[in-house]
Amino acid sequence: MAKYLLLKHYRGAPTEPGFEPMDHWSPEEVTAHIQYMNDFAAKLEEAGEYVDGQALAPDGMWVRYDGEGRPPVTDGPFAETKDLIAGFMIIDVDSPERAIELAGELSAAPGKDGKPIREWLEVRPLYGEPSLVTE
Amino acid sequence: MTVPLDEALLRGLVPGVLGVLVRRGADFATAEDAVQEALVEALRVWAADLPRDPKGWLVTVAWRKFLDATRAITARQLRELRVEAEPPPGPAEEVDDTLQLYFLCAHPSLSPSSAVALTLRAVGGLTTRQIASAYLVPEATMAQRISRAKRTIAGARLDRPGDVATVLRVLYLVFNEGYSGDVDLVAEAIRLTRQLRAALDHPEVAGLLALMLLHSARRPARTAPDGSLVPLASQDRSRWDAAAITEGVQILQTALSRDRLGEYQAQAAIAALHADAPTAVETDWVQVVEWYDELVRLTGSPVVRLNRAVAVGEADGARAGLAALADLDPALPRYAAVAAYLHEKDGDRVAAARLYAEAARAAPNLPERDHLTRQAARLRAVTG
Repeated sequence: MAKYLLLKHYRGAPTEPGFEPMDHWSPEEVTAHIQYMNDFAAKLEEAGEYVDGQALAPDGMWVRYDGEGRPPVTDGPFAETKDLIAGFMIIDVDSPERAIELAGELSAAPGKDGKPIREWLEVRPLYGEPSLVTE
Repeated sequence: MTVPLDEALLRGLVPGVLGVLVRRGADFATAEDAVQEALVEALRVWAADLPRDPKGWLVTVAWRKFLDATRAITARQLRELRVEAEPPPGPAEEVDDTLQLYFLCAHPSLSPSSAVALTLRAVGGLTTRQIASAYLVPEATMAQRISRAKRTIAGARLDRPGDVATVLRVLYLVFNEGYSGDVDLVAEAIRLTRQLRAALDHPEVAGLLALMLLHSARRPARTAPDGSLVPLASQDRSRWDAAAITEGVQILQTALSRDRLGEYQAQAAIAALHADAPTAVETDWVQVVEWYDELVRLTGSPVVRLNRAVAVGEADGARAGLAALADLDPALPRYAAVAAYLHEKDGDRVAAARLYAEAARAAPNLPERDHLTRQAARLRAVTG
């Protein structure tokens, strides 16, 4: 059993040809997309594999220490290139194959004209606990 | 004054109570829910008022909960339940019930995580909340995992003997792969394996119990105050639990004398050789290698071969260890860590530093990653 983080990015990965941002979809398409996400989470809980999930607002900041006595620097020189995380989901599954299967399913969420958006998802394992038997 | 409730004692009653309900004709899934509800109630009221007959109390309350849950069942179906005809269970039946429960909860149709969760609840008597917190998932997720598991085994019969190896694998997982939360899963795994040993006379059950005792004996010495890992060779052996070691060795010797070797006995034998060495340098590595040879023969596992290479490196020198490593797939978990160790032993600190850094990147947990990073840093500091 291991936990995986599924990361949804706003940008940072190549976009699909024909990709339309969400505000160009019809309201029904937006609703259908959100419904898919909610159903997906509910299905995972039902399968005993859901741990957590949150959507993140896009207006994030980069912050960096800027030396003793100085306020931290906010935002960086990355305004054009920075990648933003749109949201995440943490799952607890029996195998890496299962994590990939679920990420693939999440990436199939419907978008414009009800077609799968095929967005790239990043799948990252979480560290577990050290096992007791070591030799 | 209230005495603190002996939770382990209470939980030890759970398999027997569940067995009574099932023998009275209750279906496993509903009976298990009813026992869990009775257990939660017991945890609430027993602290103030311990009943004279705790098991009788649990059976009565659980049976009532079961009847409440089955109100929808028709009167005719209820009459078919063998409520009246059932004589009180004898001790032999109870042992048998407990054993069947272990087999059912480790049923081969269940995924490892489901089998673990169901075993901890139905055999171990832990609450869903406790199991959820032990595995760091929400309670709702754990509840679903358990009900799904119960649906999966709904058709399985309680009265057919299973394969003891599946049960042992589940108990080993509970022992080895829990988090260090409020519930001590190591202690729970040991308790459940002891209980199994009382119900089933099998040398591998004894072997697993010995293995658990010998490894958990090192627990006080394996973590430094700052949380970092202390490898076996650097552990303060005076902090090992001597009583657990003595018990583990005794159990192992009795099991080995029956001459039905299995992988848990062989693993326990390796742990016993470590426990027996007053200092790391006094370890009988030649014997350790011999036990690894047995283990390779029994399991054929590449992970075992990897650990064997370390032991060969200690017994016959780094070159022999590296030679033992040569046949193995570098993609194996911890391969780089083993290679790093053997290369340093062989005097090649540059290669060792590189391999430790590689091992750190592939480490499956944070304490191990930090330990390997420190090893790489230590070697880079001297090699430049």
